[in-house]
Amino acid sequence: MSPLLEVDGLVKHFPLRGLGVWLDTLRRRVPPAVRAIDGVSLAIDAGETLGLVGESGCGKSTLARCLLRLIEPTAGRIRFDAVELTTLGEEPLRRRRRDIQMVFQDPTASLNPRFTVRRTVEDPLRLHSNLRRAGRRERAQEVLGRVGLGAELLDRYPHELSGGQRQRVNIARAIATEPRLVVLDEPTSALDVSLRARIIMLLGELREKLGMTYLFISHDLATVKYLSRRVAVMYLGTIVEQAPTHELFRHPLHPYTRALLSAIPVPDPDARRERLVLAGEVPSPIDVPTGCRLRFRCPLAQPVCAEPVALREVAPRHLVACHLV
Amino acid sequence: MRPLLEVENLSVAFDTDEGTVGAVDAIDLDVRRGEILGLVGESGSGKSVTALAVFRLIRPPGRIAGGSIRFDGRDLLALPEEEMRRIRGAQIAMVFQSPRTALNPVLPVGRQIARLYRLHQGCSAAEARRRTLEMLGLVGIPEPERRARDYAHQLSGGMCQRVMIAMALATSPRLLLADEPTTGLDVSIAAQILDLLRDLGRRTGASIVLITHDLGVVAGLCDRVAVMHAGQLVECADVRSLFREPAHPYTRALVRSIPRVDREVTMEPVPGVVPSLLDAPPGCRYADRCPDVLDVCRTVKPARSARARDHEVACYATEAARVAAPRG
Repeated sequence: MSPLLEVDGLVKHFPLRGLGVWLDTLRRRVPPAVRAIDGVSLAIDAGETLGLVGESGCGKSTLARCLLRLIEPTAGRIRFDAVELTTLGEEPLRRRRRDIQMVFQDPTASLNPRFTVRRTVEDPLRLHSNLRRAGRRERAQEVLGRVGLGAELLDRYPHELSGGQRQRVNIARAIATEPRLVVLDEPTSALDVSLRARIIMLLGELREKLGMTYLFISHDLATVKYLSRRVAVMYLGTIVEQAPTHELFRHPLHPYTRALLSAIPVPDPDARRERLVLAGEVPSPIDVPTGCRLRFRCPLAQPVCAEPVALREVAPRHLVACHLV
Repeated sequence: MRPLLEVENLSVAFDTDEGTVGAVDAIDLDVRRGEILGLVGESGSGKSVTALAVFRLIRPPGRIAGGSIRFDGRDLLALPEEEMRRIRGAQIAMVFQSPRTALNPVLPVGRQIARLYRLHQGCSAAEARRRTLEMLGLVGIPEPERRARDYAHQLSGGMCQRVMIAMALATSPRLLLADEPTTGLDVSIAAQILDLLRDLGRRTGASIVLITHDLGVVAGLCDRVAVMHAGQLVECADVRSLFREPAHPYTRALVRSIPRVDREVTMEPVPGVVPSLLDAPPGCRYADRCPDVLDVCRTVKPARSARARDHEVACYATEAARVAAPRG
């Protein structure tokens, strides 16, 4: 069976503008660009959840937006349900979006403040289904029930809802059209601790009941762990490690994954853990280091790390891009 | 030795058109010399308001409705504003949650720090500049000379937070209030900032109050922990006891609600929602969320009682269970 979503060699560069760039072009140098995604390949099977983890600026949100073609990728292929999305015309693409929906990080900013909950949830139905008014109403109520909200909220505006309720409305909107793939871009990051657990559990329940596939994007490995079957770790526009979830947490191999894991504070004052500290901050995606992109921050770096490095399978379904593994 | 900060029976209220919001409800809290105290709870638990009260920055419609705050024996609430201003910044400093908005956007960061040296320590311009660069280096900012000329928008979130910490430490304060200093930062940067705080605390002997919703951060950094819920302080303990034997039902629920990377445990959300603080009923404010609730919980606020050395909890149910089945 072919995967539901297949991304192959995806690239997204944002070209820079300005006098310096113009001069570079005259000098026939490669014009500089923000290399947000620099050759990412991944696949998600139907019914599976892939966690995509990385820190700010690693390109994970850009990747999500490319998948839905909210921004156009520079190169690479995206196949969804065996259909090539990157070359799809506007109208067929619009129809495809019924099957691919997204939940964004900021529950407030992603709701129209002037729409009632009803309108927010019914809008996708208006675009993507041939339900009539009564049918849409019924469906909106049903979907709201699924995310644990009562029908009495249908006529409320976002400012009348709590943060947790708002994110539930966003989830309701995303699942209204019965999509096959839902891209969750940091769905719990803006929420309070106790709400976070509840939204994660809700997402798990919905997946069971509706048979959806998730791409779960987060900067937080701990959160991703609870929903994902596999996890891919991104750094500076590339995937550096990918493995089944339990394997990744038990045997993280890439120094970046290990550093990320060791930096997560655990609620145990007696925890004795490996501590792998990366030097400095993530370099600019304009001046990406040659070879391994982590090498100037990596405590284990060797001369060989200046050579280009690609993902390779080191154990069953465990892929790593590191010369030292 | 007398604690550096003694908060007694402190209440903070906000008067609104709909009624009075009891943001902080009669809390007692000590901060000992040289310790790092974690103040934890969900949003709306009153952590930040407590810190602002210590800093005496509660502005109308908010007011301090009762209690006392003693810093090194002096009653801060009784000080004239002029004297409080000399304490603020010089002896008690604060690090805010969103560093970029807390910094002045139209002044290079170096000038903002230098200003403190001139204002609080009467340094000459050259001396202030020299000390600024030294401090920027101390908080781990590479190329201080160049960075000092940058504006807040030119720095990353982590760098902004380092600048905030440099500002807070410039006057060698004896108490540092850090309000969610790592929220919004990437984990690896957050870890660096926490290491920096721990290190600076040790080196300067300053006491630190770390306000956070992240129990992981507390476990890694703090000596003692105070847990707040809806304006009430429900439990206070040394960090080991709190994580080994959380006593209050809220603390136990909070510990269970966090996703963990270090072990395989199921995650359970804290039941219910944070209650409205508007004309809150008497009694324990966790009562409506609590699985162990007793009748008395809804009418009379439980007093804090000691369970062990350095471990106090305010809960009738916990106390009843302890009396019924004494251990050891």
